[in-house]
Amino acid sequence: MMASGYNAKEEDGHTSGGPSNGGAAGGTVKSRKPDNTAFKQQRLPAWQPILTAGTVLPAFFVIGLIFIPIGIGLFVTSNNIKEFEIDYTGVENTSACYSCAQNFSWNSTVPCTCSMHFTLEQPFESNVFMYYGLSNFYQNHRRYVKSRDDSQLNGDPTSLANPSKECEPYRTIDQVGPIAPCGAIANSLFNDTLELSYLANGSKTPVALVKKGIAWWTDKHVKFRNPGGNGNLTAAFQGTSKPVNWRVPVYELDPMDPENNGFINEDFIVWMRTAALPTFRKLYRIIQKKADQTPTLASGHYVLDITYNYPVRSFDGRKRVILSTISWMGGKNPFLGIAYITVGSVCFFLAVVLFIIHHKYDSRNSSADIPN
Amino acid sequence: MDLGVLRTLISRYCAGEENRVDSRTVYIGHKEPPPGAEAYIPQRYPDNRIVSSNYTFWNFIPKNLFEQFRRIANFYFLVIFLVQLIIDTPTSPGYEDWLRHKADCSINECPVDVVQQGKAGRTQSHKLRVGDVVVVKEDETFPCDLVLLSSSREDGTCYVTTTYYAVPDTLAFRTDQEVESLHATIECEQPQPDLYKFVGRINIYTDREEPVSRPLGSENLLLRGATLKNTHHIYAVAIYTGMETKMALNYQSKSQKRSAVEKSMNAFLIVYLCILISKAVINTVLKYAWQWSPDRDEPWYNHRTENERQRPVVIRAFTDFLAYMVLFNYIIPVSMYVTVEMQKFLGSYFITWDEEMFDEELGEGAQVEYVFTDKTGTLTENNMEFIECCVDGTVYVPHAICNGQILSAVKEEETVDGIKRGFHQGRPTSFYISSSPDEVALVEGMKRLGYTYLRLKDGYMEILNKDDEIERFELLHVLNFDSVRRRMSVIVKSSSGEYLLFCKGADSSIFPRVVSGKVEQVKARVEQNAVEGLRTLCVAFRRLSPDEYQEACLLLNQAKLSLQDREQRLAQAYDAIERDFVLLGATAVEDRLQEKAADTIEALHKAGMKVWVLTGDKMETAAATCYASKLFRRSTQILELTKKRTEEQSLHDVMSELSRTVLRPRSVSGLSVDCQDFGLIIDGATLTAILKPGPEGPSAGSYQEVFLEVSRNCSAVLCCRMAPLQKAQIVKLIKASKEHPITLAIGDGANDVSMILEAHVGIGIMGKEGRQAARNSDYAIPKFKHLKKMLLVHGHLYYIRIAELVQYFFYKNVCFIFPQFLFQFFCGFSQQPLYDTAYLTLYNISFTSLPILLYSLVEQHVSMDTLKKDPSLYKDIAKNTLLRWPVFLYWTCLGVFDAVVFFFGAYFLFDNTTFTSNGQMFGNWTFGTLLALDTHHWTWINHFVIWGSLLFYVIFSLLWGGIIWPFLNYQRMYYVFMQMLSSGPAWLSIILLITVSLLPDIVKKVLCRAMCPTATERAQKLTEGTADPSPPDPRRRSPRGRGADSAQVHLGVPEAPGVGGSEPLPHRLLPGQWPEGGGPMGLRSSAGPRALRLSGAGIAYYAPGPETSV
Repeated sequence: MMASGYNAKEEDGHTSGGPSNGGAAGGTVKSRKPDNTAFKQQRLPAWQPILTAGTVLPAFFVIGLIFIPIGIGLFVTSNNIKEFEIDYTGVENTSACYSCAQNFSWNSTVPCTCSMHFTLEQPFESNVFMYYGLSNFYQNHRRYVKSRDDSQLNGDPTSLANPSKECEPYRTIDQVGPIAPCGAIANSLFNDTLELSYLANGSKTPVALVKKGIAWWTDKHVKFRNPGGNGNLTAAFQGTSKPVNWRVPVYELDPMDPENNGFINEDFIVWMRTAALPTFRKLYRIIQKKADQTPTLASGHYVLDITYNYPVRSFDGRKRVILSTISWMGGKNPFLGIAYITVGSVCFFLAVVLFIIHHKYDSRNSSADIPN
Repeated sequence: MDLGVLRTLISRYCAGEENRVDSRTVYIGHKEPPPGAEAYIPQRYPDNRIVSSNYTFWNFIPKNLFEQFRRIANFYFLVIFLVQLIIDTPTSPGYEDWLRHKADCSINECPVDVVQQGKAGRTQSHKLRVGDVVVVKEDETFPCDLVLLSSSREDGTCYVTTTYYAVPDTLAFRTDQEVESLHATIECEQPQPDLYKFVGRINIYTDREEPVSRPLGSENLLLRGATLKNTHHIYAVAIYTGMETKMALNYQSKSQKRSAVEKSMNAFLIVYLCILISKAVINTVLKYAWQWSPDRDEPWYNHRTENERQRPVVIRAFTDFLAYMVLFNYIIPVSMYVTVEMQKFLGSYFITWDEEMFDEELGEGAQVEYVFTDKTGTLTENNMEFIECCVDGTVYVPHAICNGQILSAVKEEETVDGIKRGFHQGRPTSFYISSSPDEVALVEGMKRLGYTYLRLKDGYMEILNKDDEIERFELLHVLNFDSVRRRMSVIVKSSSGEYLLFCKGADSSIFPRVVSGKVEQVKARVEQNAVEGLRTLCVAFRRLSPDEYQEACLLLNQAKLSLQDREQRLAQAYDAIERDFVLLGATAVEDRLQEKAADTIEALHKAGMKVWVLTGDKMETAAATCYASKLFRRSTQILELTKKRTEEQSLHDVMSELSRTVLRPRSVSGLSVDCQDFGLIIDGATLTAILKPGPEGPSAGSYQEVFLEVSRNCSAVLCCRMAPLQKAQIVKLIKASKEHPITLAIGDGANDVSMILEAHVGIGIMGKEGRQAARNSDYAIPKFKHLKKMLLVHGHLYYIRIAELVQYFFYKNVCFIFPQFLFQFFCGFSQQPLYDTAYLTLYNISFTSLPILLYSLVEQHVSMDTLKKDPSLYKDIAKNTLLRWPVFLYWTCLGVFDAVVFFFGAYFLFDNTTFTSNGQMFGNWTFGTLLALDTHHWTWINHFVIWGSLLFYVIFSLLWGGIIWPFLNYQRMYYVFMQMLSSGPAWLSIILLITVSLLPDIVKKVLCRAMCPTATERAQKLTEGTADPSPPDPRRRSPRGRGADSAQVHLGVPEAPGVGGSEPLPHRLLPGQWPEGGGPMGLRSSAGPRALRLSGAGIAYYAPGPETSV
């Protein structure tokens, strides 16, 4: 900063130097007496909080007092949430799906099915959310995450015909045409079919699974759109190819319901929102609470029928199904409550420690200050 | 002759600086000398263009790059730039340089009057060539270095502000035509940076055969940039132009000084660079270890393209490494430099705005450990007041003259002084102008004694004596003052035809040359005056016989005309002439201490700075000033290292004794250390002996060591009898010592310039001795007392601010990027960024930089008043405390801790969908809050900016996630943020995580404050505790007993009005001085300080000056 032009450091009255920077001509600055404003004189009214034991102690106590009850509340809420998890990967040979997992082949035309039996000890009272969970599946891999074409998914016809380069190597199939939807994410759509039935007295009552309302509203209505509206999807997707690992083309994902077919199929939308961690769960179905007083899922025996289409063994993955009720704070998450309790206790403890220290040193300080 | 030309050209263009011809010949008006007189060698000189900007249009990029690479960060940026292909424009220096360019342009194009073919014509400044005759009018600026040819003033002089310049004898022109008729050449030395040295000769060709030669000295040289005053116009010839002017040469020699803050920043950056690289390497290695199994590398759902598959592993690994570098590069605070520059730039306005010291300057004065100050004009007013004179042992005081006694003796004295006045001549008006305040004081004093100096007319000095008679003395020769001889003389012819040589000078330079006179009495008087802190001068004279006079004339003229070694030869001539004096008497002039000088010194002391006074004065005088300015206290044990002492003992003995004395208390444990407060006095002669690399080599070096060791343990050092160069030597010595302390030099005169240039921070005082010092300084202040505010307040605040700024930048970037690193372990080391690109980009720019910038601008951890009042606070930041490794490590650890908390907090607390966005959320909320905790000075601007930043983050996120942005090819963030905000646990988690991440810092702060509070923290407490301002104390004055006839002078410095408990307490008071009854008085008890001030100790503390000096 001192490297101002040397002309700037001359005698008074020599003004040609000009205020080139901070260290500029004294003459000009001098003649212009600075304003006596609070801002320029750095005298703005200010609040000066200082962290001392005196001010921090009460704060810690208060934090402790607030956090511990919140934590307890959260913990109790979380504990009230019922959750049931079943692994159907079929790694162990005792598992019902062992043979499906072992004999999986991309080329088989006949889907392999298996059934898992389980028992719910307690009834699930409110709405039940059915998730599928995958482990060791890197949906957050960089190559994977970017391998999609959002404008294609938004129904842009040009992108449909000519998908983004990002989708490579799941972009086009030679001699067939562009893949719709393109990219690795879409290509690896979870395509196991899960059906839940209640076993009572040997008879099998299917549980009604709602497959709509599982995706974010904005995703379904804004972000994802079918090309040319939801009318004739077969025609709209004419000239495109289905993703290599899919068994059906995109316009047959839910042929029954035009509001849930093509790109706006909710299973598809859920899958397309990539998970941040390699172990994740995604919402599969919702089991609505019935109007009457009976629990959504009564306690008892159930059977889960799986159409086993999705291979995970090659990368040591796991597949699970999770049944869970939710509360105002979402799914089961004891960690939050525990964390609150812990932090609250730590604050409380620190407050006590500080209190002791404060008193000890305060008295010492007042005598120790004199020699200075 | 051709060969000569060739040689000149070769030496000019091919050889280095030292091989150039050592003198240049300037043909005035570009006229050849008459044939035969001398060979006409047309010489080439640079034009008068000034380039002060560092860069020109075409060398901007390479040169700027080189400059920028001095900062490691910038080199790093280039690498990143190459990888990322993002343009990082070096805007800030470019802008400044552009401003300089503009300033240069305006200077280069300002019009100049040049005499050509007998007429004055206008031309542009940069077209000026060496040899041009220039006309400069009053209040105009000299366009280049000029030799004065003629002045409109009758006495052939001109004024440049306070200094006067003389036309070389026999040159006097009135009109352009006359100037044109001048036929002369000037021989002078090649340009050199010393502003006050100039040796040349002018040869005037007339019709006669023999050219007339006249000497030219610095009194004939007008420097570029100075302004003509009190003179209607002058004619002058250009001799140094453009970048060869002395100012430009001086400018060039100043290199950029890099501050300690910047050094720390660079060191930290290296660490972070290492972290960055090691992170990238670790991740690359882990990636390939992890990918060993092909199922992990390429699971069925995530295949590579053919191209990627075919790429060799080495290249893939390298690109991965680079990708990691890019991913983690945000850990290097890119915007830090920008912010620091902005902070410097904007922060400097606060100093220029400061009412109390509005002047050109900029606060970068923190961490100073050594302050070197000049005495005269810096500590003291340099406003001399004549106190007394002593002639033949009789003392005359201006007030006492009314009695009208003793005339004859005074007459002689008066003559002497009259002559002195004569030398420096006066203006026809009643007041006398001189560049030396001493002389002004003498003339004024003599006037009060009844002898008025009238004027210098036609070489005759006229003096109106007591009887209203005019006495005339013809001024024949002036033997100029120089700091080596420390005396000056005039040779005059009295009206009775006697030749007299009068000499005034320092006692040490006069007494050895005295052969008769009342030496003893005068000496005693001089000693006494010196002890009282007065500047003493001795006056002696010598009668010259006409023969002796002729001889002297010859000697002088020969010496003056020589081009080489003129200084030396002049000195020899002076030496030969100035001898066999008859002592007349002595004068005493008081130089008052500057307002609040003692206060300032005291404050600097308490701030833990070592103050060295470097002066050319006598030891006694200087010591007295030191006592008055509280540099030495009564309790100070003075160690002398003077010539007197070294004459008695050998230097070696003295040194070893000193080191024993000083270092002894160290070995004794604990308490006694503080009891000893040492002051060292050393004089120039001894210093030379110490610094001299004697024949024994290593042992001489050890003297230096011992000297350094001794002086380091002294709280104050006084170096008297210093030559200007020795001042610089001392500064250099300290600078090069083990700890490499930051030095500050402050001075006002030309003799301080070398010291100012040498020190890290050079401060010039715009004093009476001209502005040479201010011109060469980094900062200029009007008064010494401003140093206190500059260092203690602005320096302190600046340092606190910038230190926090730097540390915070590192912290927030660690905090931001470390989760990225952790995330790599969960995403298969695939370089997937945790944050959305928009957030990555905006994080440093918009979300987090404004609050810290503002913090760095307006933070006042302690109020300015407190800072000013309690200088010991400065100790807290001395030695770069806030930018040391432990602090840096603490911040980094804090950053890592917070990063871990955010990452794993989000990991455990959230379901997957909102994980990514939550990470960011915490990040930003917490950074904001943390900064809020560190801010101690909440102005509305802080509130505005901090909350504003958070708000901006929220708004931005809403916008970013709320709209499908058509220009993006992905919509990953769509609605994520709103989704998250709508979930209850997200809020709870945010609160929790912020609390957790802030806990350690708060606990650490509170604990530190409770266990070992720094002075700053105590001060904060005090300002917080006592808000009632006590009425300002009546100013304590200390009458100085100088005898009945002298006016009372107040040496005691008025106290600053105190506020409540934040009274400046003497931090190093000796236990013995505390009154027994004082009892335990803590800082906290508000009665303490007040009681203290009433106690004797307090008084002794505040006003030791008079007690010690009488």
